[in-house]
Amino acid sequence: MKIIIVGCGKVGYTLVEQLSGENHDIVVIDEREEKVNSITDSLDAMGIVGNGVSFQTLAEAGITQADLLIAVTGSDEQNLLCCVIAKKAGHCKTIARVRNPIYNNDIEFLRDELGLAMIINPELASATEIARIFQFPSAVKIDSFSKGRVELLHFRVTENCLLANYELIHIRTTLKCDVLVCMVTRGDEVLIPRGDFVFQEGDVVAIMATPLQANDFFKKIGIVTGRVHTAMIVGGGTIAYYLARRLLATGISTKIIDMNPERCEELSALLPKATIICGDGTDERLLIQEGLEKVEGFAALTGLDEENILLSLYAKRTSPAKIVTKINRINFSGVLSDIKLDTISYPRLLTADVIIKYVRSMNESLNSNVENLYKLEEGRAEALEFYIKEASAVTGIPLGKLRIRKNILVCCINRGGKIIIPGGQDELRVGDSVIVVLTHSRLNDIKEILEV
Amino acid sequence: MNFAIVRYIIGFILQFEAAFMLLPGLVGICYGEVKEAIIYFLIALLCLICGFLLRMKRPKQMQLFTREGFASVALSWLIMSFFGALPFVITGEIPHFIDALFETISGFTTTGASILSDVEALSHTSLFWRSFTHWIGGMGVFMFIMAILPMMGGSTMNLMKAESPGPSVNKLVPRVKDTAKILYQLYIGITVLEVLVLCLCGMPIFDALTTTFGTVGTGGFGIYNDSIGGYSPLIQIVITVFMILSGVNYMVYFYLLSRHFKEAFSIEEVRWYFLIILGSIAIIVWDCHSLYSSLSDNLRHAAFQVGSIITTSGFSTVDFNAWPQLSKTVLIILMFVGACAGSTGGGIKVSRIVILFKAFQKELSMMIHPRMIKKIKMDGHIIPHETLRSTNVFMSVYFLILFLSILLIGIDEYDFTTNFTAVAATLNNIGPGLELVGPTQNFSLFSPFSKCVLMFDMLAGRLELFPMLIILRPACWKKY
Repeated sequence: MKIIIVGCGKVGYTLVEQLSGENHDIVVIDEREEKVNSITDSLDAMGIVGNGVSFQTLAEAGITQADLLIAVTGSDEQNLLCCVIAKKAGHCKTIARVRNPIYNNDIEFLRDELGLAMIINPELASATEIARIFQFPSAVKIDSFSKGRVELLHFRVTENCLLANYELIHIRTTLKCDVLVCMVTRGDEVLIPRGDFVFQEGDVVAIMATPLQANDFFKKIGIVTGRVHTAMIVGGGTIAYYLARRLLATGISTKIIDMNPERCEELSALLPKATIICGDGTDERLLIQEGLEKVEGFAALTGLDEENILLSLYAKRTSPAKIVTKINRINFSGVLSDIKLDTISYPRLLTADVIIKYVRSMNESLNSNVENLYKLEEGRAEALEFYIKEASAVTGIPLGKLRIRKNILVCCINRGGKIIIPGGQDELRVGDSVIVVLTHSRLNDIKEILEV
Repeated sequence: MNFAIVRYIIGFILQFEAAFMLLPGLVGICYGEVKEAIIYFLIALLCLICGFLLRMKRPKQMQLFTREGFASVALSWLIMSFFGALPFVITGEIPHFIDALFETISGFTTTGASILSDVEALSHTSLFWRSFTHWIGGMGVFMFIMAILPMMGGSTMNLMKAESPGPSVNKLVPRVKDTAKILYQLYIGITVLEVLVLCLCGMPIFDALTTTFGTVGTGGFGIYNDSIGGYSPLIQIVITVFMILSGVNYMVYFYLLSRHFKEAFSIEEVRWYFLIILGSIAIIVWDCHSLYSSLSDNLRHAAFQVGSIITTSGFSTVDFNAWPQLSKTVLIILMFVGACAGSTGGGIKVSRIVILFKAFQKELSMMIHPRMIKKIKMDGHIIPHETLRSTNVFMSVYFLILFLSILLIGIDEYDFTTNFTAVAATLNNIGPGLELVGPTQNFSLFSPFSKCVLMFDMLAGRLELFPMLIILRPACWKKY
């Protein structure tokens, strides 16, 4: 596809990085020349220095032939205007990043009236993700498939978890748990484990299971589950607002700590049910006073990455809470995984992720059978969802008898709304929707899972 | 330096060279030159095996940074020339290796400077290979690889930057691969067109092919001792036209074919290029009017020589060494001007000259209005400070290399014009110079040391100086 990306900030860069690897023709536009150069020097895209709102610039970027325009500059208004002009100038679909909460209430209206394909709000997306984690405390990260019916739960094997030095085959034989281990991340490596795999402390394990089975499994291996009942948020920014609103709506009592008295008053007006504390969130005494030791969910959402990391480490030491750390910078994610923070939320990556998911589904609906594509573990693995339209070499034969390629795992079958976590005796049938996890090359069709 | 990736890329280049070498082999079979054909096939096999060995282990780190990009381009050109020179030595046609290497580098860099005093003595196979190196080197072998193979994604920009001529590298379309593909399609298109036209004008097919390689690659190896002089005036005119067209920025053709006529005709550099050509022809026609009986002969020879020199091809129809001083001076100046950026020609490039003149004007007005703010524009776009700086640096380095080379080959004690034009003709990838290296002469008189200096100049000129200089810097070879 021909894609124009307006705005070469971190989100823009991440988008180009991902999309140029997927055979799209990308033109980037930004007013700052050095930003444009930073992309064209290291990635396969053409750069134009100019303002994306200008019709002339858009024309130079080939708006008439473009399939998609993504506006991710710092300004909401510029993004929206850019999309409107692009829509009028060409026939492309448009995606705008709009973060001001004022627009958020009218998002449907804006989208429909301005003819946008998608409006992405990074703060809202992050808040949704964090809220979901608070509802599943023992799982580090959750990806949902099949419209939320199946979830891929990522958790870290800790010292007192039963899984440390445990052989995978025993999960089914000894524990009698019907969960499927899809992937294990050990250091920088992503593995798709077989039956004789032995877990180690520090592994991040991804399992596929229905919520009921998952709860049972977590209980058996000694990871306490259950919803968070109280949450503490340090930093009262936009994400904090969205998060608190969502948590309060599901009955979780929420406390927000922020330094700025005016912001506290604003929040108090917006969120009457929440407890708003005006004070320094990095003050140990204040945190203890406000019950950090008893709190079940803790989110560090201040504007400073360093502060968030420190707060999370402190909270981890003093309380049993489920901890979420917001990090803006995306460059040092490898280092951060070493200090074993529970969950790190990267609003920028998330924004790029959501957009890329849209681009993929748009692209793949064109010429392949992939229904959905999900990036896992920072792109080192992928989950693909296929819909089986016709009988082929993979259908009607038990999975155990198929010669499936290495590093590929069929991890879920959705048969008419019924979720099957497949074992060797299950088979694929026409009409099934199948999720496949793999660590290397892309597949375009379900038949490609077979050894050639 | 990530050695693994440099090795891997060189492996690729060698395998492609093996493929290229099959062509002269086939030509040899056609002309019944079995011995030569076998030698070319064997060397192709050798290249293939070496390439295969180099590519056996895939590098862990596939990222290509500027330093690896520049170094691998420079080294590949050296190694490619080394293997390209082997057949000349083994067939015994150019017995000394240094001479063979000079001839091959002169071919790949599209210089066209020869050390052979009797070109006609070569076998058809070697003549074909000699001219074919022009065609390969003209658009660049990396460009060819990028057009065919999906390599390392965006970082191949660093290879393209190192190999393609001009002050700033512009992509025609978003992807490097597609850009390279379009450029090669245009290149092949022009080549086929010229071969057809030349054949129609009555040139034998072998001559048409070799001359075309020399023209579109702006190389200049002829297959006769008098270069193009022996062909009919019509053929000379056709070659003149194609030489001048090959010196045009390929972006023009891309715009023309994609029906962006306004953009195509508004490229400043190309307008200046044609103006310089017309002006030079006018001066030479006026200056040489006593030499030729008819105006048409005069015009034809003037146009041919001007086209040949400004595009840095280096073909000749007459011995311009016998021309009056003014005309010779004009030709020497044209040697330095060179063709357009983004073409297959060499030299300083018209766009750099235009940029320099504009910067010069700006500096002058800055002296009159010291607080004036003025941005230099070209084609309606502001020229970034970065481009301006690199142009200035390019010029300083260019003249440094020029004068250093003249000094070094001065050891041979030939006259100044010979030395100066020899360096100018190699550094600008032209071919013939004046006096002892004039169009009827050759470079065999120089000592092996001077030949090495000139070889360096040719490579430096083709790769726009910096790749060749970078590999001379020890810091470049440090491991990370």
